[in-house]
Amino acid sequence: MRAFFKLLFRNRLAAAGAVVMALVVLLALVTPLLPLMDPDITNTADRFMRPFSEGHLFGTDHLGRDLLSRLMWGTRLSLAVGFAAAIIAAIIGSAIGIIAGYFAGRTDNIIMRFVDMLMAFPYILLALAIVAALGPGLMNALIAVAAVNIPFFARNIRGITVGIAHQEFVDAAKLAGLGHTKIILSEVLPNVVPVIVIAMSTTIGWMILETAGLSFLGLGSQPPQADLGSMLGEARSALITSPHTSIVPGFMILVIVMAINLLGDGVRDALDPRLKSGALSRPTATTQIASDRVAAASANDNAILSINNLQTQFHIKDRIYKAVGGVDLDVKPGECLGIIGESGSGKSVTALSVMGLVASPPGIITGGSVIYEGEDLIGAPYEKLRSYRGNRIAYIFQDPLATLHPLYKVGDQLAEAIRCHHHVSKTAARAKAVDLLKSVRIPNPEDRAESYPHELSGGMRQRIGIAMALANDPDIIIADEPTTALDVTVQAQILALLNDLRREHGLAIIFITHDFGVVAQLCDRVAVMYAGRIVETGETDTILADPAHPYTKRLIACVPELGGGRRQLAAIPGLPPVVDKLPDGCAFAERCEKCRTECTVGDIPLRISGSRAVRCLYPETELARETA
Amino acid sequence: MTGYILKRLLSAIPVLFGITLIVFLIMALIPGDPATAILGSYATPENVARLNQELGLDAPMWQRYFIWLGNMLQGDFGRSFALNRPVLDEILERFNATLILAGTAFILCAVFGIIAGVISAANQYGAADKAITFIVLLGISIPSFFLGMMMVLLFAVNLKWLPVSGMVAIYGGGDLPDILKHLTMPALALAVVATGVVARLARSAMLEVLRQDFIRTARAKGVREGSVIWRHALKAAMVSIIPVLGIQAGFVLSGAVYIEMVFQWPGIGRMLVDAILKRDILLVQGGVVFVAACYVLFNIIVDVAQSMLDPRIKT
Repeated sequence: MRAFFKLLFRNRLAAAGAVVMALVVLLALVTPLLPLMDPDITNTADRFMRPFSEGHLFGTDHLGRDLLSRLMWGTRLSLAVGFAAAIIAAIIGSAIGIIAGYFAGRTDNIIMRFVDMLMAFPYILLALAIVAALGPGLMNALIAVAAVNIPFFARNIRGITVGIAHQEFVDAAKLAGLGHTKIILSEVLPNVVPVIVIAMSTTIGWMILETAGLSFLGLGSQPPQADLGSMLGEARSALITSPHTSIVPGFMILVIVMAINLLGDGVRDALDPRLKSGALSRPTATTQIASDRVAAASANDNAILSINNLQTQFHIKDRIYKAVGGVDLDVKPGECLGIIGESGSGKSVTALSVMGLVASPPGIITGGSVIYEGEDLIGAPYEKLRSYRGNRIAYIFQDPLATLHPLYKVGDQLAEAIRCHHHVSKTAARAKAVDLLKSVRIPNPEDRAESYPHELSGGMRQRIGIAMALANDPDIIIADEPTTALDVTVQAQILALLNDLRREHGLAIIFITHDFGVVAQLCDRVAVMYAGRIVETGETDTILADPAHPYTKRLIACVPELGGGRRQLAAIPGLPPVVDKLPDGCAFAERCEKCRTECTVGDIPLRISGSRAVRCLYPETELARETA
Repeated sequence: MTGYILKRLLSAIPVLFGITLIVFLIMALIPGDPATAILGSYATPENVARLNQELGLDAPMWQRYFIWLGNMLQGDFGRSFALNRPVLDEILERFNATLILAGTAFILCAVFGIIAGVISAANQYGAADKAITFIVLLGISIPSFFLGMMMVLLFAVNLKWLPVSGMVAIYGGGDLPDILKHLTMPALALAVVATGVVARLARSAMLEVLRQDFIRTARAKGVREGSVIWRHALKAAMVSIIPVLGIQAGFVLSGAVYIEMVFQWPGIGRMLVDAILKRDILLVQGGVVFVAACYVLFNIIVDVAQSMLDPRIKT
């Protein structure tokens, strides 16, 4: 609770709303004690006096009544009616909702049907009908406004109650032989009260507005008694000659409703956990790049893409997660490079950093460079980056149901990929799209182009994803776990397809996976990542045969072998370290069987030896011997 | 698609019945004898008795409901006592004016609300976002009738740009430019609150969508950012914006009652308020049922639009 208020008052607007509202309520409460003039004493000699006249701070109205006094009493009345309506609506609506949600079945059905029908009315029609039946008057307006808001509470509270009614503690109470009334009062009610309060805080502004509205129409408070709405309604006829009589009450309504809205927004935000985590931030078109980034030079000239000392971080609140902590990778033309690691090892973030696709905020590239054709892509202007995306360097993502647009036909999505980079007609792009579908071995490509993603199978969708990556004949495809969401047979088909396409088109592929089995099938070279850094690289065959890093060895041991029943499948005990507080020394030390004290101090460098490299003080195999 | 529309129309029938039933039950709340309520307390007992018979008010309640319903289904909404003309004629004439006002306001709120929401989301925490958020907050907090009055003060009285009230000029008006001139202020005043609500929702719907994987895919394809926002993201966000537009139509219709009072617009809202003050019960009953039915039908259109946008909805 205290944390909630702290959060609420950190939001300055909400705090301002709370202060204004408290002030207005306080003034309304003490109004009878203040030395104000009688709000109902008319004095036609002094009618329509301007504001700041002597004795009348806000002037007088059409009957010569003191506006300040009428404003205070009117505010008091409006607040009282609004609060009363909110409380009545909350009590009756919640009772209906709890009964419907608790008893479920037919009771629920009948009640909710009725509630739905009430909600089928534009709210004011219902209020007008009620006032028409009961006759104009403040009490009747209050009843009407409360009645109109009952369905809102009934529906919300029913939803919450349904969830609670099936929980263990309610079942336990039933088994203990408690009656329904008792269960509702002692088990259900305490759990829904917070929701009721929140629903009230969001609707009370509306209720004040609605009652003011009815009074404005002349259907609410009747003279001489006046709330803010009827003050405004009475002043309307003198709007042109004496605008202050309208502005004073109107402005007051505005202030009250605005304060309540600010406060309500603050309450909602403080209760929404997504706001705290920053999950509601919108990622920008390219990843943010730190202004103090040091661009590293490329070490390898014959690479088509060279990643040098890349560092990508996530800044969430005051924590810094070093997702990628200085990665060097080179891809030669036509080569397939595997990047392997557990989830959270930074392999996807490395891949997304290449084209500036890391969600930002919270992502930020703090150092390093990505050299493609002699140019650094990190920090390249947006338009340059965009013209490369999907054109020279294309991506295939993991879950094709989430990564394809659900509302566009796949043929249109493919055609769009082409038209982003080539000036071709819609029909030409569409024809090319069908060709692409054919090239990824989709049967009936003309028909499939007319399908929406949800109408296709997982394997089919991933073929679409691949077709989209191929659309502009790129030099490099970055495939981010493209087979992880698929079942094994489909996975094998997709891998075979990628392998064929790679040979046909001379593609370089960066293949990200957590499965050494996949790496063995497809990749020429492999880089093993752990906690944001590369711990071992080398040719796939040599690493598979003779892993140097203990982590690599354990990863390979995770792959089941067909017919190889003798070997034990070993999961790696423990979890990778959290990348906002990396330990000193080797990040794997804690999970490593061979760990010694030296392993936990200082920075352990990547030792390079020929085509292999390993970041370990006590590797499983001596690299130097190999190269010799 | 035709099948889906038919299905939705059929499912509206029980709702329409429910609406008539609720209106009927509310009217049964009228204290004392309804005929007295209609004729006023000075009516002679003979007149009361005659009216009771005429309206079938001496029959039991359930019978009265079906008589009333049966008459309405045949287009007979009864006769207005205050206006001395058939209720339906009056409703249709007034509804026309309301439709022009509320329809314009609805289109304004949908268009400007969505545009403001998208710009706001696309520039989250930027200057445009802050400005829009502030204006929206002001918009949803100001009572539409007060806003209308302030607009009259500014644009009609001080600047003399637009007429103070009415739907057409009393002399020599009635053509399109004249109606437009009269329509501008009320439609704007009516649209403001709904625009604010739509803008807020559009902003959060867009923020939700912009974090989705398919947006990253669009960017990875090389789609221009403008197209990412206004085509890819907005289309997906419309799935959650459209239902709110349906709800907002109800708020616009409700707000029209106030705005018609402020601007002396000869619409159905003013008719209802006048009828309530004159205890013209049949006119109120008929008007409420008619507008509620129109709103139900409008929401069917909204559902159909939704199913056309989203192929995942089974039609």
